Amino acid sequence: MPRKELSPIDVYNLLPRTNCKECGEENCMAFAAKLVTHEAKLEQCKPLLTDPKYKGNYQKLWDLLKPPVKEVVIGVGDRAVKVGGEYVMYRHELTYYNPTAIAIDVSDDMSSEEVAKRVEYVENFVYTYIGMDLKLNAIAVRGVSGDPKQFADTVRRVAGRTSLPLILCTLDPKCMEEALKIAGDRRPLIYAATKRNWREMAELALKYKCPLAVFSPNDLKTLKSLSKTLLEYGVEDLLLDPGTFPGEGLADTWNNFVMLRRLACKEEDELLGFPLIGVPLTAWLVNPAEPETIKQWREAYVAGMLISLFADLLIMHSIEGWVLLPNVILRQNIYTDPRKPVAVEPGLRTFGSPDEMSPVLLTSNFALTYYTVAADIEASKKDCYLLVADTEGLAVECDVAGRKLTAEGIADVIKSSGVEQKVKHRKLIIPGRAARLKGEIEDATGWGVMVGPLDSSGIPKYLADNWPPKET
Amino acid sequence: MSEEKLSVNIGSKLVRYLEQYGEIELEDVAIRLEHLELQVLPGAPPKAVIAAPPAKPKPTKLIEVEFKPPVYEYVLPIQEVTIGATRADGGTRAYSLTIGGEKAPPFYLFESKPPHKPIIACDVFDWKVPLAKAVKQHVREVYGDPVAWAKLAVEKFGAEAITLHLVSVDPLIKDTPPKEAAKTVEDVLQAVDVPMIVGGCGDPKKDTEVFEKVAEVAEGERIVINSITKEMLEYDTKRNVDTIVKHNHVTIAFTPMDMNLARELNRRLTSEGVPRSSIIMDTTTAALGYGIEYAFTIMQRSRLAGLMGDEELAFPISSGTTNAWAAREAWMKQLDAVWGPRELRGPIWETITALTLLIAGVDLFMMMHPAAMKTVKDVIDELMQGMGRAKPELIENWASAKL
Repeated sequence: MPRKELSPIDVYNLLPRTNCKECGEENCMAFAAKLVTHEAKLEQCKPLLTDPKYKGNYQKLWDLLKPPVKEVVIGVGDRAVKVGGEYVMYRHELTYYNPTAIAIDVSDDMSSEEVAKRVEYVENFVYTYIGMDLKLNAIAVRGVSGDPKQFADTVRRVAGRTSLPLILCTLDPKCMEEALKIAGDRRPLIYAATKRNWREMAELALKYKCPLAVFSPNDLKTLKSLSKTLLEYGVEDLLLDPGTFPGEGLADTWNNFVMLRRLACKEEDELLGFPLIGVPLTAWLVNPAEPETIKQWREAYVAGMLISLFADLLIMHSIEGWVLLPNVILRQNIYTDPRKPVAVEPGLRTFGSPDEMSPVLLTSNFALTYYTVAADIEASKKDCYLLVADTEGLAVECDVAGRKLTAEGIADVIKSSGVEQKVKHRKLIIPGRAARLKGEIEDATGWGVMVGPLDSSGIPKYLADNWPPKET
Repeated sequence: MSEEKLSVNIGSKLVRYLEQYGEIELEDVAIRLEHLELQVLPGAPPKAVIAAPPAKPKPTKLIEVEFKPPVYEYVLPIQEVTIGATRADGGTRAYSLTIGGEKAPPFYLFESKPPHKPIIACDVFDWKVPLAKAVKQHVREVYGDPVAWAKLAVEKFGAEAITLHLVSVDPLIKDTPPKEAAKTVEDVLQAVDVPMIVGGCGDPKKDTEVFEKVAEVAEGERIVINSITKEMLEYDTKRNVDTIVKHNHVTIAFTPMDMNLARELNRRLTSEGVPRSSIIMDTTTAALGYGIEYAFTIMQRSRLAGLMGDEELAFPISSGTTNAWAAREAWMKQLDAVWGPRELRGPIWETITALTLLIAGVDLFMMMHPAAMKTVKDVIDELMQGMGRAKPELIENWASAKL
């Protein structure tokens, strides 16, 4: 049966119930309510931590509140990456926490220039998206040569060039050991234990205190058996790779990821409650004769699918912008907290120091639209007003179709915002996608309407060409 | 013992507690030593050297455990909807297509295989709408000519259905009269024999009038009216319901990103007499990077709710996937230098938008770029082949594969 939702009462009964307010909440019940939605941390309850009589309860609460998908840290220092730590299967059930980490591979058969180039690409990768810097997270070093020394040399070169977390990829324990001698103190992910090498890999994971990936392509019984065995062996931080089949077998991949995550989140199967690894890089193995662009294309969309299918870590090969950009953005989108409001406050915003002849632009209060438009206006360095209409948090296109952005609504915000006292002119620049409303807005507001660009990236040019308007 | 170095492996769970508290109380542990040395690592919490109970022996061979797929029961299958009618059914289409009928979440094949595959309809416009360069280069010769465009979509892009968007009926564009728009529909129906979806302009009044005429001329063809909205029903419930019911067509019930509004509209349509088998729902598609998470979650929640017994949401889902091109990352030229040619960025944007929503539960995709349509179709075909096709030997050595 699916896991039952945790009730605040279950949690409350294990708390001190003294309403001491040390946690910052009014009482223990309010704290319990925040604990079950993971908006508060158990450690905020000082008595629970310090008073020996609560020790048993603390352990019980910790078990009750721990995520069904264990959080595992790869790497050390500021750039260490947390994977897993998820509480729910579907994002609407709460939210996802640790965005899918994306690693790019280098291999020990690459020239040192090639390795340096790829590491540098990952280090410098950044895309600024509504005010956030989207980045890549790790380097996966693959042992292709089969030579422990050559592998270790490559690991040394990579480690010397970057402080990013490392994933050491070789199924040969001898190669792995040589690499760990170099980078074992950086808490790399050991990839991977299989049904053949698990004992040696487990020993290495214990010796170097590193997380260990378990790889069992399309064989979940063996994957689960390996997890059981490795836990008994004393290895606690595991990641699971059920195999990524980007061509034939895509249905197996899809279903394996679904089953693993369901068993973890809904059935509380502790053997499977670990972060999942997807390897879109396998797209390069489907048909070696394919042109490179086709391999990159396949890798791009398989990565996208895995992000929505619960993958916590992806290992990729392509370093093409068009392959990675949609995936870092998709990851950002899917891992956005769905509890956060979709909308910003309607009203009037100012940019720079607008005066009575500065332009007045209009947008919707859909958060994404607002932040995109705001970023574009800021980039233009123009002084202006931005009127944010209440469209119930919908984007402009849907607004017009769904009748959320209406002439009446705009008339309301013009009145209530007091913009008429701030500017002398009566010209409103509306989004290009709302062009159809021009006449209606003019009738309802008495303002003249200018139709702005279809995309807000065109605002700087539009203002340069059209403001101030010819007639007033 | 006193001369030996005491080395005990303390479990990392203990270490974690130590990190949290900085100290730990040992109960029922007797330590008899002459000299106890505690090592304190710089920057790390103090770690006590303790006598642990004898460690469990490490396993020497794989401990075999059972794996049981977590199969759940669902109470309500998704409604089946058939679009397009062949001669046998009073139309002239070469085939009809059925969507819906799922008894489990999308492609949860370990639970049940969907009886029908999701389908892809290719967008065709009756007007020279602004198009991204990456799309335009594929339709340049038919741009503005819906009949030629539809033929290209079917013959060259392999579209299994088409969506004719009657953009020109928009009072703010050309205000094409309903009769003339209906003529375009007739022409396209004659030019191609695949099931057809007809889109309007978004103006509730004009769309009501246009669809009324379109439904008449397409009598018998079981076309899909894209779409009927709450506003259209408010404008004229009877005419809009007649458009579907009298001529035995299908409607897409469109709502702007809100599960409750979707429920309300579906309920209203069924209570006004529109058969369940004539309703597909569109809960709005936002582009990757432009709110796809809302679209994804509303679709995923709706599908799960439908399967769990919410009749008002147990309908096939349609997606205007072409909205993917609203994201500037899909088309903007200035991004070429760093983020690759927009000829690839655009179609991969549409592809990933579609596949993300396939995971959420979409049954009908309306798409535009031929490469995106082909990829999504290939993925769906592969998924429909079912499980058991994975070849572990192909990928088991990926870590050491020479690329």
